[in-house]
Amino acid sequence: MSVIGVIGEVLITAGVIVLLYVVWQLWVGDLIYGAERNAEGAELSQEWQQQWNDNPVVAPTPDPTETVAPDPVTAPAPVMAEPGDGEKFAVMHIPRFGPDYAVTMAGGVSRARTLDPIGIGHYPGTRMPGEAGNFALAAHRTTWGKPFNRIADLHVGGAIVVETEAGWYTYRFRTLEYVRPDEVEVLLPVPQAMDVPAGTAYITMTSCSPMYAMTERIVAYGVFESFTPRSAGEPASLQAVV
Amino acid sequence: MYAALWRVLPGPWWVRLLIVLVLVAAVLYGLLFYVFPWVSQFVNPQEVTVTLPAAPTGAPGS
Repeated sequence: MSVIGVIGEVLITAGVIVLLYVVWQLWVGDLIYGAERNAEGAELSQEWQQQWNDNPVVAPTPDPTETVAPDPVTAPAPVMAEPGDGEKFAVMHIPRFGPDYAVTMAGGVSRARTLDPIGIGHYPGTRMPGEAGNFALAAHRTTWGKPFNRIADLHVGGAIVVETEAGWYTYRFRTLEYVRPDEVEVLLPVPQAMDVPAGTAYITMTSCSPMYAMTERIVAYGVFESFTPRSAGEPASLQAVV
Repeated sequence: MYAALWRVLPGPWWVRLLIVLVLVAAVLYGLLFYVFPWVSQFVNPQEVTVTLPAAPTGAPGS
C-alpha cells in the first residue's frame, strides 16, 4: 500500500466532509433545526395550555353583562418581567410563516446562548410584550433553523402573535426597513425617534440582510393590537393569514 | 486506507458491507449533530443584531 494512496484517500475524505458541511449549513441543518424549533415551541405552548387547563385561573372575570363576547376577547395586557439571558419566556406565532410556525423566544441576543440554541432573542433593556415602547427581537434569517427567513414576505396588517404563559399578544406588521449594523436607533422606545415618549407598544424584529451576509440588517416593525388572555382561548389572529 | 479497513473487517462480504454502512451512519451522525454545529460558530458569519461597535448590547459574537 503506497503512502501516496493513503494521502489521496485522506484528501478525498476531507473534501467530501467539507462538501457535507456546506450541505448541512445551507440545507440539512435548517431542516433539522427548523423542525426542532417548531416542535420545541409547540411543546412549550402546549405545556402552558395544560397548566392552565389543570388550574384555570379566571383572573380578569369578564363582566357578566358582556357575555356576548366581543371578538377578539381582549383584556389589559399584563407586562411580564424581563427574562434572564437564555431564559425562555414566549413562543412566536406568525400565521404568514405557516400554521406550524412556533419558535421559542428567550432573553438576550447572544448567538451562543439564545440565537443558535433556542431561536429568537429579546434585546436586553427593551420593553416586554404589550408594554408601551419597543419590544425588540433578533433571530437568524439563514441557518440555525432560520426563524426569520421569510421576514421580507410579511404583509402589512399581518399578525405577529407572541404567546406567553398568560395569553397571546397580537401585533400587526407595519413596515420593513434596511439599516446599517450600527443603527441601534431601531431599538428606541419609538423606533428611529430620539427623545419621543412612547405611548404605543411596538415590536421590532432584526435579522441579517442580504441573506448569508452581514453588511446590513433588515428590520420589521409592528404595532400592538390586543392581548387575549388564556381564559378566552386562542385569538382569531392566529388563523387569519394576511 | 479503506482497502485495509475492508480486509480487517470479519465475515462474508455482506456482513462487512453492513458494518461499513453502520460505521458511515455513525460518522455522519457525529458530523451533523456535533462537529458541524461546533464548527459553524467559527466560520458562519451570520450577524442578526444591531449593535454599536463600541458597546455591544449582547455578548461578543452576537
